[in-house]
Amino acid sequence: MTAPVAAPPAPTRTRVPAWAGNPWAGFLLRRLGRLLVSLAVLVTLAFGMIHLIPGDPVRAALGVTAPPDLVDARREALGLNDPLGVQFVDYVRSLFSGDLGVSMTSGVPVSETIGQRLPATASLAVAAFVVVMLAAIPLGLAMAVLTRGGRRRSTELGFTSTSAVVTAIPEFLLAVGLVFVFGVTLGWFPVAGRSDAASYVLPVVALALGPALLMARIVRVEALAVMDEDFVRTARAKRLPPLRVYLRHVFPNALTSTLTIGGLLLSGMIVGTVLVENVFAWPGMGMTIVSSILAKDYPVVQGIVLVYGAAVLLMNLVVDVLLAVADPRSTIREG
Amino acid sequence: MGREQWQAALRNPVGAVAAGLLVVLAILAVVAPIVWGDAAEETDPAALSQGSTSEHVLGTDTLGRDILLRVLVATRYSLGLALLATAICVVAGVILGVLPAVLGRRAGRLVTAAVNLAVAFPGLLLALFFAVIFGVGARGAVLAIGLAGAPSFARLVQTNVAAVAGRDYVAAARVAGVGRFRLIARHLLPNIGEPLVVNATVMAGTALLSFAGLSFLGLGVQPPAYDWGRLLGEGLDRIYINPAAALAPGVAVIVAGLAFTLLGESIAQVVGVRAVRRRTVPEPAPQEAAVAEAEPDAVLAADDLRVAFPAPGGGWTHPVDGVRLTVRRGETVGIVGESGSGKSLTALAVAQLAPDAAHVTAQRLEVAGVAPLGRTGAEVRELLGTKVAMVFQDPMTSFNPSMRVGRQLAEVTRVHERQGRRAALARAVDRLRTVRVPAPERRAHQYPHEFSGGMRQRAMIAMGLMSTPELIIADEPTTALDVTVQRQVLRLLKDVQADTGAAVVLISHDIAVVAQLCERVVVMYAGRVVEEVPVERLGQAAHPYTRALLASVPDLATDRDRPLATIAGRPPDPADRPEGCAFAPRCEFADDACRVRPGLAAVAPDQRAACWHPRSQPLNLALDAVTGGQA
Repeated sequence: MTAPVAAPPAPTRTRVPAWAGNPWAGFLLRRLGRLLVSLAVLVTLAFGMIHLIPGDPVRAALGVTAPPDLVDARREALGLNDPLGVQFVDYVRSLFSGDLGVSMTSGVPVSETIGQRLPATASLAVAAFVVVMLAAIPLGLAMAVLTRGGRRRSTELGFTSTSAVVTAIPEFLLAVGLVFVFGVTLGWFPVAGRSDAASYVLPVVALALGPALLMARIVRVEALAVMDEDFVRTARAKRLPPLRVYLRHVFPNALTSTLTIGGLLLSGMIVGTVLVENVFAWPGMGMTIVSSILAKDYPVVQGIVLVYGAAVLLMNLVVDVLLAVADPRSTIREG
Repeated sequence: MGREQWQAALRNPVGAVAAGLLVVLAILAVVAPIVWGDAAEETDPAALSQGSTSEHVLGTDTLGRDILLRVLVATRYSLGLALLATAICVVAGVILGVLPAVLGRRAGRLVTAAVNLAVAFPGLLLALFFAVIFGVGARGAVLAIGLAGAPSFARLVQTNVAAVAGRDYVAAARVAGVGRFRLIARHLLPNIGEPLVVNATVMAGTALLSFAGLSFLGLGVQPPAYDWGRLLGEGLDRIYINPAAALAPGVAVIVAGLAFTLLGESIAQVVGVRAVRRRTVPEPAPQEAAVAEAEPDAVLAADDLRVAFPAPGGGWTHPVDGVRLTVRRGETVGIVGESGSGKSLTALAVAQLAPDAAHVTAQRLEVAGVAPLGRTGAEVRELLGTKVAMVFQDPMTSFNPSMRVGRQLAEVTRVHERQGRRAALARAVDRLRTVRVPAPERRAHQYPHEFSGGMRQRAMIAMGLMSTPELIIADEPTTALDVTVQRQVLRLLKDVQADTGAAVVLISHDIAVVAQLCERVVVMYAGRVVEEVPVERLGQAAHPYTRALLASVPDLATDRDRPLATIAGRPPDPADRPEGCAFAPRCEFADDACRVRPGLAAVAPDQRAACWHPRSQPLNLALDAVTGGQA
């Protein structure tokens, strides 16, 4: 029999050093390395932020009327009088011990503030992401099935143009509209604060609507592309019921890009909470960072930027790993 | 971006509306502050925080200033700041984007890495970061939004530059000693201008929305100045008293943002304008000949089979144009023809697998005793079930890459015979063994990409054998395979045919392959059958096209000093076929008679040809395949 034997399970073996006999180990190590570099850059930027501000940040925070000795004492307390290198080492060292500094206005440790505010933001972001996934995937698949092969042009046009318009509206403007319709006019849902489940409805919808429609568009386009593939014709040749063809043969193969976009959306949504929180007076990190920027409370801003940035980087890592699981051939081998 | 493309973008209704809105906004931006600038600042202590009144249509703010006027006047500031931010973003983006092409390899890579890292962060986070550095206020916000958008713009420039940089004229300029900067200014940037203009337009919309966001948060424009975002933030506090104070600036932001975004997208779409076509039914073809009587033991009988596709310019094209095809039980029939002759589409139409856009008609179509035309998909699935097995051309793409091979086979049994998972998988393993896949138990648990091409094609045949098909349609089953593997797959098909008694339709562009396996050869040209001939009579082929195909097969006796025989010219486009015999323009025997389309007529027992001038002189065939084909 001259037919070649199938490729060995680890086709990347020749390109990866000996310590990585398993392509997964190589991939994970490479990816973790990238995460560490990104985190290092993030920390450096957060540290550098306070030094990039023109003028004296302490003077700016305390106001022009503050007595010079108070400014100097505060500078000393923040370590701003030390050489830059020493400051950086101190900053990184205290980061590792979980110390993010102390608020310049309230004197409360930044880590404590973040600990209080993070759950509100995280629950909002996660709830919105779940809504996006639950709504977008069935909608996108249904649209792909309905409009396949150029059918129902008007449905297609209606869906694509509606979603294009809604997607272009930023979440905080949607939020204002929702507040007006469902809060002020109809009085169905509370418009501010975080309390029971009902208080989640408007913020989550505001955050999820645009990404859900965007995602549904992507799912539709991807599913349509997969429907043209040979193996879908094979599935039809097997005379499988359409639902089985779509769910077992089309959807899993449209998953890769859905995941990629989903990850991008989630990291966008994490930050999108900043605006939505400010519309709904949601007691999360978004409210805090804005008030801190306005109050020039730089340690708090630094801490929150770090948290947002780290969340985004972690999210990208998770998406990359999920992509590798979903499509082991492409992701692991590259680079 | 040529003038025509702009015009096309404006002819598109969405583009026209967006452009119209932008013109209105531009006029407002110029005129409104001049006309209403002072009135918008006017405080009215008698009308603080009012709702809609006849005097103030959208109400007043806390100082009694008219909301409508303030929204109108804010147009200039809002648009101006957004455009400024866009300009910063584009300039910074282009600089960052072309830097890798200017700098050395290492520095360039560093810039690319930095851009990639920055792109990973959402724009708003970057904007907040820069807003801290540049300080709260309009100036800081413009810089923040401009710089926050720069990385993604830079990424875009980089990708486009990379695409252009490999082209010949850039290489030529480089060889000619054109300097780096001149190369960028004269050769790279002009050629990536189009996507950049589109994206800058979209970017302006994004900048406008982001700026409104920052101002809304209180980080942008500071009082007493005001833009839409600022007005929105102020209005939101009093949304219960006067919703219009929040909604009016919000609507203004959305309208302006959409105008930019949609204009950009409609420009982008102009390149690929899609004609809207209606789904109509093609006119029925003129009835040509009476329907021939059905052969009693036919497993496939098609008469006047036509497959039509909507043509881009309206109307329909018929890649399959009146095919008559009969396959008897247990018979092996080969369909040959050049690519584009309609042979694969014929097979797909017969199996009810033609693409969605296709319209299939026939005087008569019976497959395995079922007349599928005019039935619903569910009925066809029910009736046809597993009676027709397909083997497709490219085994690499014909398996679902995300499903194990065994499960893909077992699926057939599970769905059609409602067998359990275990029993179905056991049969899959058994069938893989039948088609001589080594270690079938292990193989069944592997994914398609772990199979070689020949192995996959055998698995595909095994998939057809999961139940007992009456007809196996193999569409170029060996084209994508090595020659040695080709022979194995063909032999396997022959064995399967002998074991199961199924009829086989083998489609190939290679008449030698068909001659190896088949009893009868059907030759197709330009969507029609031009000759039907038993394989042992190939030497007496009557149609000039069949003879030309046979002559183009090289063999060991072919004189190597002479060029390989080819058929001059190319097959006609389905949309533009000649009136009469489609082969006439390439045929050395063509004359005036060929202006009328010939029908299939018997030239010998079991042999029919559609030709006014059938050849009768025997061909000198030294085809190994033909002589050995009957073995």
